[in-house]
Amino acid sequence: MIELSGITKSFNSGKANQFTAVDNVTLVINPKQITVFKGPSGSGKTSLLTMIGCMARPTSGRIFLRGVAAAVPFQQDGVEVVEITSLPERFLNDIRRSTFGFIFQQFNLVKGITVLENVMLPAYPTGEGRADFRARALKLLEQFDIVRLAGQRVELLSGGELQRVAIARALINNPSIIIADEPTAHLDSKLSQEFMTIVGCLKGEGKSVLIASHDPIVFDSLLVDSQVEMRDGAVVNSRSCR
Amino acid sequence: MILQPAALALQLIALLVSLMGIFAGYYGIKILGHWDPASGSEGQLELERRTYLVSTIMSYILSFELMSLFLFIYTADDLHSLFTGAMCAAGTLAVNSFGYPTLILKILNFLLAGVWLIVNHADNRGYDYPLIRVKYRLLNLVVPLLLLESGLLFAYFAGLKPDIITSCCGSLFSHESGSFSGDLASLPHLAMQIAFFSGMAITLASGLFFYLRGRTGYLFSIAVTVTFLIAIASILSFISLYFYELPTHHCPFCLLQKEYGYIGYLLYATLFGGAVTGIGVGVLMPFRKVGSLSSIVPAIQRRLTLVAFVCYLMFTLVTIWKMIFSGLKLVP
Amino acid sequence: MKRAVERHLNILEFTLASLLRRKVKNLSLLTMYLLVIFMLASLVFFVTALKREAAMILNDAPDMVVQRLVAGRQDLVPAEYAAEITRIRGVTAVRPRLWGYYYDALNGANYTVMASDDPNTTSDKAAIGAGVAKVRNLAVGDLLPLISYDKAPLMLEIGTIFPSASDLIAADMIVISPRDFHQLFNFPSGQATDLAVSVRNAKELPTVAAKIAVQFPDSRPILKSEILRTYQSVFDWRGGMALLILASSLLSFIIFAWDKATGLSAEERKEIGILKSIGWETSDVLLLKFWEGIVISLTAFLLGVVLAYGHVFFLSAPLFAQVLKGWSVIYPNFKLVPVVNAYQLAVLFFLTVVPYTTATIIPCWRAATIDPDAAMRY
Repeated sequence: MIELSGITKSFNSGKANQFTAVDNVTLVINPKQITVFKGPSGSGKTSLLTMIGCMARPTSGRIFLRGVAAAVPFQQDGVEVVEITSLPERFLNDIRRSTFGFIFQQFNLVKGITVLENVMLPAYPTGEGRADFRARALKLLEQFDIVRLAGQRVELLSGGELQRVAIARALINNPSIIIADEPTAHLDSKLSQEFMTIVGCLKGEGKSVLIASHDPIVFDSLLVDSQVEMRDGAVVNSRSCR
Repeated sequence: MILQPAALALQLIALLVSLMGIFAGYYGIKILGHWDPASGSEGQLELERRTYLVSTIMSYILSFELMSLFLFIYTADDLHSLFTGAMCAAGTLAVNSFGYPTLILKILNFLLAGVWLIVNHADNRGYDYPLIRVKYRLLNLVVPLLLLESGLLFAYFAGLKPDIITSCCGSLFSHESGSFSGDLASLPHLAMQIAFFSGMAITLASGLFFYLRGRTGYLFSIAVTVTFLIAIASILSFISLYFYELPTHHCPFCLLQKEYGYIGYLLYATLFGGAVTGIGVGVLMPFRKVGSLSSIVPAIQRRLTLVAFVCYLMFTLVTIWKMIFSGLKLVP
Repeated sequence: MKRAVERHLNILEFTLASLLRRKVKNLSLLTMYLLVIFMLASLVFFVTALKREAAMILNDAPDMVVQRLVAGRQDLVPAEYAAEITRIRGVTAVRPRLWGYYYDALNGANYTVMASDDPNTTSDKAAIGAGVAKVRNLAVGDLLPLISYDKAPLMLEIGTIFPSASDLIAADMIVISPRDFHQLFNFPSGQATDLAVSVRNAKELPTVAAKIAVQFPDSRPILKSEILRTYQSVFDWRGGMALLILASSLLSFIIFAWDKATGLSAEERKEIGILKSIGWETSDVLLLKFWEGIVISLTAFLLGVVLAYGHVFFLSAPLFAQVLKGWSVIYPNFKLVPVVNAYQLAVLFFLTVVPYTTATIIPCWRAATIDPDAAMRY
């Protein structure tokens, strides 16, 4: 479970061009569900997800992660809650690496290296043996039916293939929460449907999925468990779809 | 003033180290003044980013200090032919009054930079920046010493004028000389040997005890420091004699030469390595109880203790080995 | 421990792949770097080799030479001096030496002409250095005509040509009999250019020198060790001067490196952004950049040093020779004996790799602290 309490993120504070991307958001996100953040661009969805995903720290407010303690290296046994907003970058990063997997709007794959290397990339700095995560990467490629592309450079792939590589990469460190930012923005309807099918499978495996999207194929999907509607940095509506 | 490639290289390094030190010190002061881990403000985030820069700079300074320490000694040795009467580095360093202070400060700064990095390592493992103030206060102590060292180095090379008659190893460390180094060399062999071996024994025993039981860390650290000084005095007093197999040659630098199988590098590497890690154990002692570090510091200390123990043990073993197999026998 | 090693290996592997992906940029950097190291290494090797050469020549030189000064200028030494110096305690032998310079109008060269000590040297015969043989195109058995002080020709038959291997001094040398020497220069008999003094115990040299200076106030005794020191310091000085001149190239290289490191291409920034967004930490990217620097530095260093070795020891340093050896028409054509040691390499390392590394610290840190969420903000 993820709990947000009074989360605010502002940029250029104290200057003339100050603006607040996320304004005092308090929210509870349930585990093992698909939660969609809905709203126009600039409504603060992405900023909120970067803070939940330990990529950025809020200017004020607190975020609690419950039930992910096992993935936090410094945590003492028996403590279930981690408050992530006061942690230094290297600890946030440890949590991010082990707990979250990210799928980006532009897929953000590294050009010039192969599909397999792209999928393995998040595991490089973990200190895990290369052979171990290589085997896992190949298994993921198999799961998404793209093993044949393993040795290919990513520039040569089609949109659907890129998307699957991006999903495989998000899963390489075996995270419990997947965060996807506008994942279908560059996909046609068929591929968007396919994406939702994959997301459904992930949910079936017990992962939590958080998606920022203004695509009806995503937020009207029957798979979605709850919707959070945002506008101007604030949550205007939050409801369960069940 | 001397225009020799190595001298120029050393002055270049001194300049770079000083610049890096000023830079790191400046951000150290800023961090000390504005640090607020509870805040997520942009200013705080920027400071947190700066801590990476300061640590990076300090690790470079440490490695530059270590490398330039040996280059400095080597250069002094290379230059001895320019000075009548100087037979090796010991003579060149005595050409003017800045030589030995530079050397001593170089060693001190190396030890301090090493200790800083140990504290930094411990701090990075705690999730609430537990040692941030300790760390940057220590930094503000190190930086002026780095600058002083560079100043002395420049003064030393500026004051080197070939042909000044200087003392060589033989006279510099002779019994007649009233200088500091001379006093060390004239310490009686037997007393020094007793001091050396008992110092090593206490250090190793307390290290072992601390490693196994986790107690008397301060004792161990103090023993390491005192034994470090005794060991350097011992090199001057009797250890070097066994290696040179000459009853009068007390030079601590010629050990680094090829004629003696570069044994000096092993001796000094183990001695300095042991000193840095052993002092690090003591510096970390007050933080064993700090909340976020309570499980981390003891583990780091155990590892440091092990390194210090192995280093000092090796130093002792090499010394004993040479005392047994040397062609020279010192009869007390 | 194992994890830390694995982390390094994984990141190093990615570093190598990244470097190869950006061939053009990295090759240009590598070339500049290589060139700077090559120049500096050539210089350091060359100066060290020359110092050694000078020391070797002086090996055969007498321990002490006594000159005579008149009005502050060197003058001929009367033979009586030699006889009296021999009587000083500790002196084993005093050898009057006859030598001078001969200007060859044919090609503007100066030869060093020396009278042989060997009593068996026959008149009208000469032994010459390889340099003289080359400019005058002479072989053993040929005749070498020299013009005496009174313009009368002196014909000498070439008996020996000194081997050219490693000899700075003998290249311009002509050795003839004392009789021919007197005839060539109208050199007054009973005088010598200077005196070579041998002393039984090297430790007594300064004492003997002091005695000579007292006994003959117009004499100037010079010890071999003094000459050696002067040579060393002259070569160091020249090497240092050349280094300072090269420092400008070093500086421009550092600026270039700084610029390369600061001016991250948009693509590279994006790539680091991606790495950070997928879970790489600032210190991981710093490590990536550190390995990048190490790989480039070591490649440039090794290649630069190897090329400089070839330049100095196989090709006799055509780029520096004129500046550093001194200028003359008869240029000693010799191969330097390779001397390379860890000390020289360490000096080179400090002059090149250390400034480069320092220059890249801040740009690397800038690159490494790109916000992880930057990748999401496109």
